[in-house]
Amino acid sequence: MKIVLVGHGMVGHKFLEALRQLQFPAADVTVLCEEPRTAYDRVHLSEFFAGKTAEDLSLVEPGFFADTGFDLRLNNRVAAIDRRAKTVTTQDGVTLSYDKLVLATGSYPFVPPVKGSDRGQCFVYRTIEDLEAMKEASAISRKGVVVGGGLLGLECAKALRDLGLETHVVEFAPRLMAVQVDDDGGRILRSKIEALGVQVHTERNTLEITDGRQARHRMVFADGSHLETDMIVFSAGIRPRDELARQNALAVGARGGIAIDDQCRTSDPDIYAIGECAAWRDQTFGLVAPGYEMARIAARQLAGEAGVVFAGADMSTKLKLMGVDVASIGDAHGRTPGCRSFRYTDECKQIYKKIVVSADGKHLLGAVLVGNADEYGTLLQMALNGIALPEAPEFLILPAGDGKARPGLGAHELPDSAQICSCNNVSKGQICTAVAEGATSIGEIKACTKAGATCGGCVPLVTQIMKAEMAKLGMAVTDHLCEHFPHSRQELYHLVRVGGIRSFDELLARHGRGLGCDICKPTAASIFASCWNDFVLKGELASLQDSNDYFLGNIQKDGSYSVVPRMPGGEVTPDGLIAVAQVAKKYGLYTKITGGQRVDLFGARVEQLPLIWEELIAAGFESGHAYGKSLRTVKSCVGSTWCRYGVQDSVGLAVELENRYKGLRAPHKIKFGVSGCTRECAEAQGKDVGIIATERGWNLYVCGNGGMKPRHAELIASDLDKAALVRLIDRFLMFYVRTADRLQRTSTWRDNLEGGLDYLKAVLIDDSLGIGDELERQMQHVVDTYQCEWKTAVTDPGVRRRFRSFVNDPQPDARIVFVEERGQIRPARTDERDPALVATPELST
Amino acid sequence: MSTKKPRWTAVCKIGDILPGTGVCALVEDCHVAVFRLGEDGFYAIDNIDPRSGASVLSRGLVGNLGEHLVVASPLYKNHFDLRTGACLEMPEHSVRAHRVQVRGEAVFVSLSPLS
Ligand code: SRM
Ligand SMILES: Cc1cc2nc3c(=O)[nH]c(=O)nc-3n(C[C@H](O)[C@H](O)[C@H](O)COP(=O)(O)OP(=O)(O)OC[C@H]3O[C@@H](n4cnc5c(N)ncnc54)[C@H](O)[C@@H]3O)c2cc1C
Ligand code: SF4
Ligand code: FES
Repeated sequence: MKIVLVGHGMVGHKFLEALRQLQFPAADVTVLCEEPRTAYDRVHLSEFFAGKTAEDLSLVEPGFFADTGFDLRLNNRVAAIDRRAKTVTTQDGVTLSYDKLVLATGSYPFVPPVKGSDRGQCFVYRTIEDLEAMKEASAISRKGVVVGGGLLGLECAKALRDLGLETHVVEFAPRLMAVQVDDDGGRILRSKIEALGVQVHTERNTLEITDGRQARHRMVFADGSHLETDMIVFSAGIRPRDELARQNALAVGARGGIAIDDQCRTSDPDIYAIGECAAWRDQTFGLVAPGYEMARIAARQLAGEAGVVFAGADMSTKLKLMGVDVASIGDAHGRTPGCRSFRYTDECKQIYKKIVVSADGKHLLGAVLVGNADEYGTLLQMALNGIALPEAPEFLILPAGDGKARPGLGAHELPDSAQICSCNNVSKGQICTAVAEGATSIGEIKACTKAGATCGGCVPLVTQIMKAEMAKLGMAVTDHLCEHFPHSRQELYHLVRVGGIRSFDELLARHGRGLGCDICKPTAASIFASCWNDFVLKGELASLQDSNDYFLGNIQKDGSYSVVPRMPGGEVTPDGLIAVAQVAKKYGLYTKITGGQRVDLFGARVEQLPLIWEELIAAGFESGHAYGKSLRTVKSCVGSTWCRYGVQDSVGLAVELENRYKGLRAPHKIKFGVSGCTRECAEAQGKDVGIIATERGWNLYVCGNGGMKPRHAELIASDLDKAALVRLIDRFLMFYVRTADRLQRTSTWRDNLEGGLDYLKAVLIDDSLGIGDELERQMQHVVDTYQCEWKTAVTDPGVRRRFRSFVNDPQPDARIVFVEERGQIRPARTDERDPALVATPELST
Repeated sequence: MSTKKPRWTAVCKIGDILPGTGVCALVEDCHVAVFRLGEDGFYAIDNIDPRSGASVLSRGLVGNLGEHLVVASPLYKNHFDLRTGACLEMPEHSVRAHRVQVRGEAVFVSLSPLS
């Protein structure tokens, strides 16, 4: 069967995936795609501005087309259909015949008929090319306006704001997100948006765009007022791309869209339409989940499965805007006859919540959540599954008082058939099956079921179900640190802090058993250090340290150690370099520039370490903590001081931050980067904490990672001044120190954080847990009690004595042998060694 | 198997080993790791980690895994039984255990022969 698919957007690709899954061997598939690239995640398009690349956003697994044999043709717009001949013709005049045609042409952004809207620097917000053009324009603009205050418009406004523009939203209706929220919710939403630094103008009807005086354009409104701006983005709604249907006398919906029946067939039974271009019972769907459902149905219809039908879709939505929680579920406006509502407003914390219940009070019909959408998952499931409401439904949205548990929705109350992830149509039963088959982290669940992989709105609920199922299967043991402590690292941290515990013996006696091991000892040592910050080799603490921390250096393959003096921000004076060089020369050490912008000296034997450090300390250096699960380096670019593009002093900030957080012990190492402008020469977005200068201050990114599994850091706040920046980093780091698992970098911690980025932002920025001050205090304590570990070590004779190869002989370890290579030493390979030193010495009996 | 009387070498004082850590001693040219668990539990095994050939086992963290008293190699974290020298993860990488005696303040080691 010859299948031609027109449009390779999100839904088109889902259709191809469904075909592949159905293993439909007779299918001969050609894909005609207007865009210059294969399908990408339009839902997360805005993340393009936060550093995601087109590749990151791609929905197509590598090898997909090679494996399936589907014929993909990019840059091919279909210009005409000949229904009688059953062919399509592209704009380049190529004609292809089909047995079945599938239209997945999506929508186009609607640009209101305003005079002057075709001037330069006017954009729409739909494709990667649109965003590329906007990014370019933003570099030469100071001010930007978004026309339209709906879901997309607000997302777009936030993006402009993050690009450093003075941003305005112009909305025709009297409130923002008029479709989803009511007046009261709209008021709170407005102040939330304004708090992001976006100015909101409602009830403004743009008549004309002309030349501006101070800026490129002037927008003239019906009420006589005007607004000047350098660039404009239209986000005033979408229209289905039904032009092919109209040209060929296929039926269209009353308000546009290619009319389809329950089987996703158009009025021509050989032509299907799916996704945003389709109109089902005169209704179009501007969300991805209904489109995905249509894609699966069309694929199964083509594969010959009768009886699968499209039955409409839930239009509940959640705005994905950092720091602004907005969600709307079902009948948000209470239009069902006889329904009644409950509302809760907190004007201090800027929270508005409303639930709409059925006339008999038994079922949830809809909800609006603004300012805090924590209940979204629960309420959505209640509405979708018709779960009986508790006796006092108001407690579903009232804040919990004095420790009383909220009437939540236990995962066990949901039927196995409950659809948990609407984007990918994943049911509770499928998640449970995945757990039973061995998936025990949200990352694994995403990988094998796709639940949570699209809009992410379902992640908290998916996590909850996963955990409940793990507990049911007796798998919850995984968060116990080791056989000695029946607690997770996070729990131990709290036990230590709350119990004021300062020694491992006490910790074992009170909360553990046995003698400890190489897992719990360093973990306890790290927790003690982050809580009390005593010298790591003081008394009993020394016996808890891993070899690297015990000798304050990284152990190498031959038992020698490396020496890394701190060079904050990568800045070092010529005299400093000379001092380092002299030490390296004197002790014959291998010298290398590290990937962290400093110098590493290799090949020091234990007894040499204190001597080497004494000299480095005398030259003004401090421990670089290259050995610790602690702050490593703050990488910097040269910044505004020298660079012609720099907008802030990135080196200065990097030095300050490195000095502030040096020595902080954490669940894993922590790396920072500070760049002086968006060119990002310090690669800050690949760091645990990344900072990029803007004209107005600093943008803060968190939870990036290089290494084994690179992950881009995510923007959590923009245009911060230094004080606000430091405060936020204090909170971020301490929250991580408190709650992460052992050896969990910030990136994996973040990926496993229930509630994701929104939750993190709520805790750090909105202080939703009320622990902000405490976190800052704890960090200040660590900062105030900093000491250079090497300085303390070399001046304490008891500690210093322990740096020796043999307890009973001053000679060095003769098994550490070097040979020369490229003018420096390196450890000898086995074949280069004296055989007597390779084997375990024979006993002379 | 040797039938000779064990030869004892004094390696250090009790106070030279911090409880919960180990030191390396040279005993008849052999590198021996001597550990102190708690105040008065002393154990000795070869110091050379067979997996890397480096003389480092005394620098590992000690503790227990189940009923085994163990040290974890600081390089690749494989565990050695302090009483037998057996490597728990890779038996082919086991080492010898040696005898330790404390007389007064002094710690003595007697090497066991290679098998
Ligand atoms: C020396 C250096 C390589 C070099 O010659 O450039 C290095 C050397 C080591 N790295 Fe690294 N890493 C070095 C920069 C990096 C970087 C680049 C950076 O920091 O910009 C990365 C990727 C960025 C990141 O971490 O996100 C990096 C990712 C890793 C990883 C993977 C971490 C991950 O989350 O995937 C490990 C393994 C681990 O930590 O578990 C690792 C582990 C190690 C260890 C500690 C392995 C070990 O246990 O022996 C190496 C010993 C260092 C030593 O002996 O002093 N190193 N390592 C670099 C020291 C930087 C410094 O000045 O402190
Ligand atoms: C910024 C942004 C944020 C969004 N956020 C969300 C969200 O949070 N949740 C949500 O559910 N939805 C969201 N959406 C909507 C979601 O992206 C769409 O519902 C989804 O992309 C629809 O998929 P589709 O395949 O129908 O259309 P599209 O993804 O637009 O794909 C249609 C493709 O067909 C091509 N095409 C059109 N005509 C032709 C032709 N004649 N010949 C060849 N090719 C043609 C187009 O170029 C396009 O590539 C968002 C959209 C945007 C732009
Ligand atoms: S990030 Fe910007 S300021 Fe820093 S060096 Fe690169 S171009 Fe210059
Ligand atoms: S509901 Fe969108 S990813 Fe699950």
